Amino acid sequence: MSTMNFHLRLWKQKSAADKGEFIKIHATEIPSECSFLEMLDIVNNRLTREGKEPVSFASDCREGICGTCHMVINGVPQGPGRGAACQVYMRKFENGQTITVEPFRVGAFPIVKDLVVNRSAYDRIIRSGGFISEHTGGAPDASTTLIPKPVADAAMDAAACIGCGACAAACPNSSPMLFVGAKVTHLGLLPQGQAERKSRARNMVRTMQEEGFGNCSNYYACEAVCPANVPASVIAMLNREYIRGEVSESVGAID
Amino acid sequence: MILDAKIPEGPIEKKWTSFKNNAKLISPANKRKFKVIVVGTGLAGSSASATLAKLGYQVETFCFHDSARRAHSIAAQGGINAAKNYQNDGDSVWRLFYDTIKGGDFRAREANVYRLAEVSGTIIDECVSQGVPFAREYGGELTNRSFGGAQVSRTFYAKGQTGQQLLLGAYSALSAQIGLGRIKMHENSEMLDLVLVDGHAKGIVVRDLVTGEITTHAADTVLLCTGGYSNVYYLSTNARGSNVTATWRAYKRGAAFANPCYTQIHPTCIPVAGDYQSKLTLMSESLRNDGRVWVPKKQGDTRLPQEIPEEERDYYLERKYPSYGNLAPRDIASRSAKEVCDEGRGVGPGGLGVYLDFSAAIARLGEKTIRERYGNLFEMYQNITGESAYERPMRIYPAVHYTMGGLWVDYNLMSTIPGLHVLGEANFSDHGANRLGASALMQGLSDGYFVIPNTLGEYLSTQFGKKVSTDMPEFKKTEEEVRARVEKLLAVKGNVPVDEFHRQLGLIIWDECGMARSEEGLKKAITDIRALRERFWKEVAIPGTGKELNQSLERAGRVADFLEFGELMCIDALTREESCGGHFRIEHQTPEGEALRHDDKFAEVYAWMFQGEGSQPELVREPLHYEAVHLATRSYK
Repeated sequence: MSTMNFHLRLWKQKSAADKGEFIKIHATEIPSECSFLEMLDIVNNRLTREGKEPVSFASDCREGICGTCHMVINGVPQGPGRGAACQVYMRKFENGQTITVEPFRVGAFPIVKDLVVNRSAYDRIIRSGGFISEHTGGAPDASTTLIPKPVADAAMDAAACIGCGACAAACPNSSPMLFVGAKVTHLGLLPQGQAERKSRARNMVRTMQEEGFGNCSNYYACEAVCPANVPASVIAMLNREYIRGEVSESVGAID
Repeated sequence: MILDAKIPEGPIEKKWTSFKNNAKLISPANKRKFKVIVVGTGLAGSSASATLAKLGYQVETFCFHDSARRAHSIAAQGGINAAKNYQNDGDSVWRLFYDTIKGGDFRAREANVYRLAEVSGTIIDECVSQGVPFAREYGGELTNRSFGGAQVSRTFYAKGQTGQQLLLGAYSALSAQIGLGRIKMHENSEMLDLVLVDGHAKGIVVRDLVTGEITTHAADTVLLCTGGYSNVYYLSTNARGSNVTATWRAYKRGAAFANPCYTQIHPTCIPVAGDYQSKLTLMSESLRNDGRVWVPKKQGDTRLPQEIPEEERDYYLERKYPSYGNLAPRDIASRSAKEVCDEGRGVGPGGLGVYLDFSAAIARLGEKTIRERYGNLFEMYQNITGESAYERPMRIYPAVHYTMGGLWVDYNLMSTIPGLHVLGEANFSDHGANRLGASALMQGLSDGYFVIPNTLGEYLSTQFGKKVSTDMPEFKKTEEEVRARVEKLLAVKGNVPVDEFHRQLGLIIWDECGMARSEEGLKKAITDIRALRERFWKEVAIPGTGKELNQSLERAGRVADFLEFGELMCIDALTREESCGGHFRIEHQTPEGEALRHDDKFAEVYAWMFQGEGSQPELVREPLHYEAVHLATRSYK
C-alpha cells in the first residue's frame, strides 16, 4: 500500500473563551486508502505517544449518516466531495498538499474545543415545531393514508437531512434555512403533517432567529456542501410556508 | 438465584392480551408523581422517553451524544419487519413469530417473540402517523421488500436509510415532549454507574463529557436503552462511540448478563483494507434481494471478475441452500463466506472477500431500478473502495454488526435488579442466537412504544411512598466510586494510546470468539485478555485532565470495560458446548459443517452474575420452554 505526506494546519482552541490558533503538523506516511478522520486518528495517536494533547474532533458512525462529524477542510464545510467529513478519503488530496482544518464558524454554534462546536441550537429549532403531534398507539392502519410515490419520494429527499450544520457553516449569513426548510418540506408535503403546517413554519423560523442565525439570501452555498443532497428548493417551500403562517396569524385566521 | 421470566399463563396468542387486561395500571394523577430515567436515545430510548412522557410520567433522558438524533440506530439501512401481509403473500403474526424463533436457532423466549410479532404492525402505523416517509407504490400504498430468513416480503423501508427515518421519527416525538417541558434532556452525558437503594435501581451517576462534571440523578425506575457491545471487536459496523459501559456497570451492580457469546457477524460488509481502519461499513442485507454471491471455483484465481466465465463461478449460497439461496440467514451466509475464503477461493486483497454481483439484476430490471433501490449504498461503496458496483461486482466480507446477548430481562423487560428495565439491543430477549434482518428496528420500537408503557406499572405500582433523593448516602458513595475510577485512569500516565489496546482486544476476540470458536482458542483468549488488561492499567496514555472535553479519557473508560467484558464473553462461549446461530463451536458441527445444537442440554438462557473482581461469575440458567413450536434443526436448503 502506498503512503502519502501532508502539511496540516489544525485549529486548537481550549474553549470558547480562549483564543484559538493553528498548529502545524507534518503528517508523514499516511496510508493513501485511509479516510480523512482515520488520518486524524493516526496524527492524534502520534501526538499522544509524544505526551501531547490530541486535537479534539467529533465523529461517531463514520459512514455519513449520524451527522456527528463537522469541520471545515480547506475552506469547505465537511470537506471536498459529497458526504460528511467522515466520507472524505485521502486519495482525494495530492501528496505533499497543505490541508487546513478548522471548526464551523457560526455564531450560533459556540466552540466547545478545537474542532468541536455546540450545535444544540438545531435541536431547539426542532423542539419548537419539527414534528407531528400524535398519540402513541392511536394511529389508524398505515394503509389508510395513501401517499403518491412522487410525494413520498420528495418528502424522503428532504427528510434525508443529517442535521450536521454544514448549511449554516457554508452560508455567508450563517443561515440554517436548508436545515429548517428540509423539515418543513418533509412534514409539509405529507397529509399527516397538514394540521400543524402553519404553526410549524412560524415557530421554527422564530426559534431560528432567536438563536441568532441569519436568513437566506440565495447564495446556494448550503446546497453545494450539503452531505445529504437536500435541494435548495426546500428553502422556497419554507418561505411560502412561513409567509402563510405569519399572514394567517396576523389576520387572526384559524391555523 | 432463580430466574423468573414472569411469562403470562395461557396459549401463546392470548398471553399479551391477557397480560394487558390484568396489568397494574398507574392513574394519570399518580403518573405525574413518578420519575423515570431513560439512558440512551436510540430507537428504544427515544420511543420510550416520548411515549412515557405523553402518558404523563416525569422523564429525564440522557445520551452521550451531542444530540439525541445521533444514536447509532440512525445507521440501520435495510428496513423494519411487520406482519401486515399487505402483499397478500401468506404472511401472518404466526409466520413472523416462527421465522424469528427459527432464525434465532431456537434459543429465544417464545412469549417475548410472539409479542414482538404481534405489535409489529402497530409500529408501522405509529411511524406513518409521525411522518416517516416509507417507500410507496405509485398508487400511494406502502411497498415491501424481502429480507434474509423469510420467504415473504414483509420489510418496510425508506431507501437504504430506514434506521435514520425511524430514529428521526422517534427523535421528533422526543423533541416535541422536550419542547413541552415534559422531558428533561441531558446531552453529552455519559452514564458511568447505577445507584441502588435497598437493592432497587433508583438512579445513575453521569459524567458531563464537555465539562467533566460528575453528578447523580434519582428516579423511581431506570431504563437502560444503551445498545449492544459489538465494539468489543474494535472493528465492527457500529459507531465509534457505541460501548458496553452502561450495561457492564449494571452487571457489576447485580444485573445478570445473558448469552454474551451470541454475536452477529453480518455477511455483507466492505472488507478490511488495513490496520489504520477505524470501522467497517455495512452494505445492507437488502442487496441480497438482487445481488448474487459468488467466488471462483478455482483456488487463487486472480482474474478480474468479468474475465471469469459463468461455468467457473461458484454461486455457493444458491448451490447449498436452493430454497433460500442468497437470502439465507446472516449466520449461515457469513459462515459460508468464511468457508470459501478458508479454502483459498476468496477474492480481493488478502483473499478475504466474496463477490456480490448485480449484473443479472441490472440486465433484468435495468440500471435505473437498481439505482432507485440501492443508489445510496452503491455510492457509499464507490466512495470507500473507489469501485463502481454498477460495472463490477462488490467485494464483501462478514463483519460484526449486532449483539443478541444483553442484560437478562423478564417479560416486563425488568432485569434481575428490581427497578432496572432494559430495552432494545441492550437486552437479550428476542433474537436468540441469531437475529434476522430488519428485526432490530422492530424490537427497539416495540420495546419503547408498546411494551414498556404497559409493563412499567408492574414495578411502579409497588413503589408508592418510596421516594429517594440524591442526598442519600447510596448516591454519595457511588459518586465517589466513579470519581475514584476516573482518577485512577488519569493516574496511569503511560504512553500507549487507548486505540492500541482496543485494537489488540478486538483481534483476540475476532480470532477466538468470532465466526468459529474452539475450547483451546477461547482458553487462550481469556489468558490473553487478562494480560492485555494488566498492561492497559500500566501503560495507557490519557493526556489532558478530567475537567474538560477529553476524548482519550472517554474512550479509555469504555475500553477498560470492554477489557473486562470480553473475558465474560469468552467464558460464556466456552461454557456453551454446542453450536447455535452465531455461536459456532468447531467441535460441534454436522458432517456438512452446519451448526449442531444440543437441545437436551442447552435449550437454556445462560445468565451470568457478577461475584466480585477476580472471581468466576456465577451461572444461572433459564430453561426455554417451547410450547407453541417444536424444536427442529434449522434448514434453509
